[in-house]
Amino acid sequence: MTMIFGIPVQALMGQLLVGLINGSFYALLSLGLAVIFGLLRVINFAHGAQYMLGAFIALLLAVHGGIGYWPALILAPLIVGVTGALIERTMLSRLYKLDPLYGLLFTFGLALTIEGTFRYFFGASGSPYAAPAALTGGVNLGFMFLPVYRGWVVIASLAVCIGIWLLIEKTKLGAYLRAATENPVLVQSFGVNVPLLLTLTYGLGAALAGFAGVLAAPVYQVSPLMGSNLIIIVFAVVVVGGMGSILGAIITGYLLGIAEGLTKVFYPEASNIVIFVIMAIVLILRPAGLFGKDA
Amino acid sequence: MAHHGTDIAAPAAHPRAATFKAGLLLVLLALLLAAPFFLYPIFLMKLLCFALFAAAFNLLLGYTGLLSFGHAAFFGGAAYFTGHAVKVWGLSPELGILTGMAGAALLGVVMGAIAIRRQGIYFAMITLALSQMFFFFCVQAAFTHGEDGLQSIPRGRLFGMLDLSDTTTMYFFVLAVFLLGIAIIWRIVNSPFGMILKSIRENEQRAISLGYAVGRYKLAAFVMSATLAGMAGGLKSLVFQFATLTDVGWQMSGEVILMTLLGGIGTLIGPVFGAGIVVTLQNYLATSDFPVTIITGVVFMACVLVFRRGLVGEFYASRIGRALGFTREQ
Repeated sequence: MTMIFGIPVQALMGQLLVGLINGSFYALLSLGLAVIFGLLRVINFAHGAQYMLGAFIALLLAVHGGIGYWPALILAPLIVGVTGALIERTMLSRLYKLDPLYGLLFTFGLALTIEGTFRYFFGASGSPYAAPAALTGGVNLGFMFLPVYRGWVVIASLAVCIGIWLLIEKTKLGAYLRAATENPVLVQSFGVNVPLLLTLTYGLGAALAGFAGVLAAPVYQVSPLMGSNLIIIVFAVVVVGGMGSILGAIITGYLLGIAEGLTKVFYPEASNIVIFVIMAIVLILRPAGLFGKDA
Repeated sequence: MAHHGTDIAAPAAHPRAATFKAGLLLVLLALLLAAPFFLYPIFLMKLLCFALFAAAFNLLLGYTGLLSFGHAAFFGGAAYFTGHAVKVWGLSPELGILTGMAGAALLGVVMGAIAIRRQGIYFAMITLALSQMFFFFCVQAAFTHGEDGLQSIPRGRLFGMLDLSDTTTMYFFVLAVFLLGIAIIWRIVNSPFGMILKSIRENEQRAISLGYAVGRYKLAAFVMSATLAGMAGGLKSLVFQFATLTDVGWQMSGEVILMTLLGGIGTLIGPVFGAGIVVTLQNYLATSDFPVTIITGVVFMACVLVFRRGLVGEFYASRIGRALGFTREQ
């Protein structure tokens, strides 16, 4: 068997793949956080709960409606996004003129409520969600065995990340968004409906979390608590990347996922905390984050 | 969290307001002294521990304007340190609590030094991430006994004389530590040092331009708050005679924020009332199967949306409160 640094190649590749998968979710979630923060100046603590919501809606659609994976991949994010937009319109929008910390506290309460409700009705244990038939099985790449669904996760999340980046950088709507981030009052005076833009942005961010949730459902167990630990890691990712840049959030997500996977190979005891350690080091050396502009 | 309530330009307080306030304080004290003879003492001790924890947390949020999302690390960490010192090293309870406080202070120095490198919302996220890192450390470290937790911690003899396994004696010990902690916080808040903290809360840039080394003041406040949270945590491990992972989890950090928010951010006595309400609610709901998390979440959202001054803050801002001349330092 081939070895690299005394580690079998297959084990190394296996963990790299796990890292890449986790990194895909970190990237999708930190992208959503960065999009929301960019315009709303709110750190969306409910992002983990919305990710869980996406996975749960897919599961419920399958169990009670017989609706499969592909429709769910569209429907679930849509439902999560619309719910998010409603919450923004009715409640979150009242907090913009206050200290941003109130937005964090509000969405924290929202996350507790959503997770508590699902735990009450579905219990704390997880349920499996089957991957679609087209994506089961695996391919032998010669140096490793690649389950098809895992490959799909990486491709789908990369595609969505690039799509969102293009939407924000290359379209007219994205131009409005970027302008409103710089100076909302001026943009409004040009006749752009900024409050609507804010609602759409929060809805989009929530939908991204929901999409990540459906994508994650066949990989991890669907459980009410699947989002709460993840969101703390994603916060660390966001601190490392700095929230100023969309591309930065995506790249940092993948990098830290891979770093975590590699740690599992070389020093498994630290794999839980490696992202937090990297965050601490980055804060000491470069407080604004790797891609951050603001100090 | 500077701008949640306009400071009321002190209207003429009622001439006998000071007497009334002193009377109120005496009544509260008398209630605390008499309480164990009417209510379940363990419940009261739990309440006092959390009240001290929330007051310590508020020293940072209410008076320095820093929202820490990681105070469970100090509370739960000190519970482990105190438990270990008393059970394994055989220290007396007062030295055990001091050990817990020293450990919490050390943690506070490390976490604080990293976290104050960023401000506002980032500060909250960094403290949350660092405390989660400490949580994972506690899951794996040998002295915490992982999922089992540190069990059957002896209460021992206070100063080698008073047997704390007697519930009434233990209650008055807890009450004494609680009052000491509150007195320390009152002293800090009303000192020149506390004034500087409040100036940082109100306008950090101006405090810098006035020549204050803002970073050092923030770190000092962070470490003091952590140490006092450790005092509460160490005390709690003696009351319940165990220390578990629950005390270091992020949910605990959220709980202490809720207590402070509900009682009134930036009022000395508010967090004490907030802790009282939350602990009572938890006790009440413990027997039903309805999850506390939902209520906690809904109360959180309601507080942020319509009730930002908290119970005590609203009272202080009301006509009666103003007539009595209450300020946010009380």
